[in-house]
Amino acid sequence: MITLENVTMRYGGFTAVDNVSFTARPGRVTGFLGPNGAGKSTSMRIVVGLTVPQQGRATIGGHAYEQIPNPAHHVGVLLDASAQHAGRTGREVLRLSAMTMGLGRGRVEEMLELVGLSGVEAKRRVRNYSLGMRQRLGIANALLGDPSVLILDEPVNGLDPAGIHWMRGLLRSHAARGGTVLLSSHLLHEVEMIADDMVLIGRGKIVAQGTREELLHTAGTYVKPLDPAQLTAALEAAGISALPSGDGGFRSEAEPVDVGRAAAAGGVALVELRRAEGAGLEEMFLQLTADDAREPAIPTGASS
Amino acid sequence: MSTTTTPRVLGPIDIAGTSAVPFSTLIKVELRKSWDTRAGLWLLVLTGAFTMIAMVIALAVATTQDVPMTLGSFIATTAYTSAFLLPVLGILLVTSEWSQRTAMVTFTLEPNRARVILAKLVAGLALAGSVAAVALMAAVLSNLLFGLIEGVSPSWEFGADRLGGFLLAQAFAMLTGFALATLLLNTAAAIVTYFAYIFLLPAVFAIAAVFLDWFDSLRPWIDFNFAQAPLFDATMTGKDWGYLAVSGLIWLVLPVTLGIWRVLRAEVK
Repeated sequence: MITLENVTMRYGGFTAVDNVSFTARPGRVTGFLGPNGAGKSTSMRIVVGLTVPQQGRATIGGHAYEQIPNPAHHVGVLLDASAQHAGRTGREVLRLSAMTMGLGRGRVEEMLELVGLSGVEAKRRVRNYSLGMRQRLGIANALLGDPSVLILDEPVNGLDPAGIHWMRGLLRSHAARGGTVLLSSHLLHEVEMIADDMVLIGRGKIVAQGTREELLHTAGTYVKPLDPAQLTAALEAAGISALPSGDGGFRSEAEPVDVGRAAAAGGVALVELRRAEGAGLEEMFLQLTADDAREPAIPTGASS
Repeated sequence: MSTTTTPRVLGPIDIAGTSAVPFSTLIKVELRKSWDTRAGLWLLVLTGAFTMIAMVIALAVATTQDVPMTLGSFIATTAYTSAFLLPVLGILLVTSEWSQRTAMVTFTLEPNRARVILAKLVAGLALAGSVAAVALMAAVLSNLLFGLIEGVSPSWEFGADRLGGFLLAQAFAMLTGFALATLLLNTAAAIVTYFAYIFLLPAVFAIAAVFLDWFDSLRPWIDFNFAQAPLFDATMTGKDWGYLAVSGLIWLVLPVTLGIWRVLRAEVK
């Protein structure tokens, strides 16, 4: 179990992490989600003692990280796959970690095989690795000590689709064995697919947290009619407000049954009618990202 | 991508069953890090090679010019060359962790940073010891060859006190590099500063001592290079030890203390 209690980290006038509290529970995958620069990496560094916060504390299984003897046997950490000596071979990187942990060469070979780094690849120096290979090496490094807690910062970055699928299976089975997994990502979709619990962070503050079901279940309806104009009229008549969602469908905050009744009353043929899952979360996430809009607004097509 | 590990049920963290990483393991890991990259390995090879080359040159000069040599004079030559690259070894032990950002991994494997730095220090001294051993062997060999070439019986004149002074000087060279590295945490800056310290500073101190009377009497207390000179010819007096202690405090103890203080507090990214 990973617990953060009222953790705050300031750099001069900038508050990177602002009174953050959350728990990653055993047997579950916790997704730590937020746009780039939201404070995910800083929070994770605080958990493993690489950054000391001004306020609050972080514990793993009730212990401060630095109080855990030979911590890699309990907590597997991957904070930055690129933070490896470019001049070492992949195998040598694992060998050094294994030596420190008191593990033999056999375990290194096991991990190389587990993450799918072939003998030839393991002999290459890390400077010649792709980001995906570095991630695999980093995962192997985190798993060396067979830890029960995993802390991974953006672990699927740079992985190909097959790699992402593999990583999902790996983390799911780790949680199924009773382990605790905390992983961060800036991609909502990715976290939705892996995580049981989700923690949303924006500008250093937690903006939402809960189980995936809680967060994805939002009141709202998605409806797609055969004739949009007809449905608009029918909904207006029933006093239901709805907004076009761009694909010929509409989103409304009303319950599906009410939208269905309105359509039936107006004699509108529907193609689709369902609860709009995750709409609220996606909106919140887009809002978070838009707030720090780094990209210029997309100009609306001025056709002449 | 196959799963070869036997699945174990993962429970809550029980730290009673694990003991801390032994200090000897940390030293072994740090020693391994000094040669497991191409740069590190070459540096070690070059340090050894330069020692040998210096011997060959000394031997050539001595035999052609008929300079009388003793074991002591050969050792003095080798001490000068090894004191040259040894500190770079000490610097790389520390700064590569920061420039290559491996400190993130190192300090998560052993969160007690003071132990890691101490292990690096011991590893550095062990390396200095091995370089000194190579240098001594080269000196003995050169002295034998000198006797053979010149047709005289070689002079083994070299006291135990001089051996101590030689080893101490080697250790100081390594420690100075190490101290600057922990203070600056940057390879280039540490190496440049070290060479400025070893080449530029003595000249500046010497010039200042000539022109400024007050500085002339102050110099021995603050010039660590100057204070080490009597170590090489084993002429240390009580006063010399005083100079060595005070100037060592300035050039070794102070930077290494500030440096360790910095590493312990620094945010590792």
